[in-house]
Amino acid sequence: MSSKNDTISKTLIVVISLCLVCAFVVSTAAVQLRPLQQANMLLDAQTNILRSARVLDGAASAAQVRELFDKRVEERIINLSTGEFTDKDPMQFDYRASWRDPELSTQLSKQQDVASIRRAPHYAPVYLVRDEAGELKSIVLPIHGYGLWSTMHAFIALETDGNTIIGMNYYEQGETPGLGGEIENPRWIGQFEGKKLFDDQGNLALSVVRPGNASDPNHEIDGLSGATLTANGVQNTFTFWMGDKGFGPFLSKVHQGALNNG
Amino acid sequence: MANAKEIKTVLFGPVFANNPIALQVLGVCSALAVTTQMATALVMCFALTFVLTFSNLFISIIRNHIPSSVRIIVQMTIIASLVIIVDQILKAFAYEVSKELSVFVGLIITNCIVMGRAEAYAMKSTPGMSFLDGLGNAMGYSLVLLVVAFIRELGGAGSVFGVEILPLVSEGGWYQPMGMLLLAPSAFMIIAFFIWVLRTFRPEQVEQA
Repeated sequence: MSSKNDTISKTLIVVISLCLVCAFVVSTAAVQLRPLQQANMLLDAQTNILRSARVLDGAASAAQVRELFDKRVEERIINLSTGEFTDKDPMQFDYRASWRDPELSTQLSKQQDVASIRRAPHYAPVYLVRDEAGELKSIVLPIHGYGLWSTMHAFIALETDGNTIIGMNYYEQGETPGLGGEIENPRWIGQFEGKKLFDDQGNLALSVVRPGNASDPNHEIDGLSGATLTANGVQNTFTFWMGDKGFGPFLSKVHQGALNNG
Repeated sequence: MANAKEIKTVLFGPVFANNPIALQVLGVCSALAVTTQMATALVMCFALTFVLTFSNLFISIIRNHIPSSVRIIVQMTIIASLVIIVDQILKAFAYEVSKELSVFVGLIITNCIVMGRAEAYAMKSTPGMSFLDGLGNAMGYSLVLLVVAFIRELGGAGSVFGVEILPLVSEGGWYQPMGMLLLAPSAFMIIAFFIWVLRTFRPEQVEQA
């Protein structure tokens, strides 16, 4: 390394040209690969929706998932505060982006923010899943909440009574592998099958209890040993999303039979 | 250009004789994080191999023009760009694995092996040799990673590459998995064990007390 490299002009030239080259390469890669990445994300979401509704088991090719999703699933956007369907086009609605949009979400106060998600969206997608004959079988709701380290995203599929859980599926989380990460384990998440969200009075009754202490077969889920805070996060996610700021208003409409008329 | 013997030392030296993890104890962080499964560890190895060989190559190509006052920044820019490209490619072509590796691909930027080789070797050597040095060190890293992942996945989950080898008690088999192996501390122990075995066969690696 000769000293002529250390003049100010040479330093600037090297740094600037390196930045330009790197910026060009990185942005080319990002732009060129974006369609593929988006297709992957969409496919992943569709797979998880179908899994949670127990329409899809095991592995399936991308084409199978797309076909099944197109045939059986209808995506609708609901207004969370009224619980009513809107006419918004699901293809034009980016749910995750709406969480940051002041027009489409509200800041939560510390007290309201049980699931530590900071902002409550005004609109959310729901997925209506039908069987082969076209009869409505389940409603899939997207929920998310903070665990120990990360925001955990899940789909939960309910029967048309808006109460009985068909299946639940965590599809994105960054909890400790082997401990909190076990929320993705089918053996754990399988516990949710057949559980009821609400008690007879219509209050949220589903609860994640200390491991080995689940006694109420309708409402209690064994927590995860070594992952108390993650399990609390799961509980908080339910508390928020089944409450007034979440899908509460929509579900009470469902309880009244809103889906049967539409 | 160097002779065949030197090429051999540069390429295969880092595998056992001068292993970046076992002897220099660099890049241990990712060796803990992504080694619960063989599949993720393998993808991590490919990602690191790509970044390490090409960062060495490119840094070596422009080494005579890098101002010494900003050389670390220049190296980091090249390394970071390569890491972003790997991350983008994984997201596009291996989405499932990229979800599991999550931030750890990004963290290759801070992997001490990459920086270490750039600063210690590529800044002083020809592009061809730097490329081989990167490849050699990546092989050394991959060897340790795969050994650790093999032990952890087999012992902790009873499988290798997701294929069940030891049927688990919880699924009707006989094997009670060692949950400890799935936790990060176990990787420390396995790496330590690896170092112990290596130094038993190569006593010259033992530091003077």
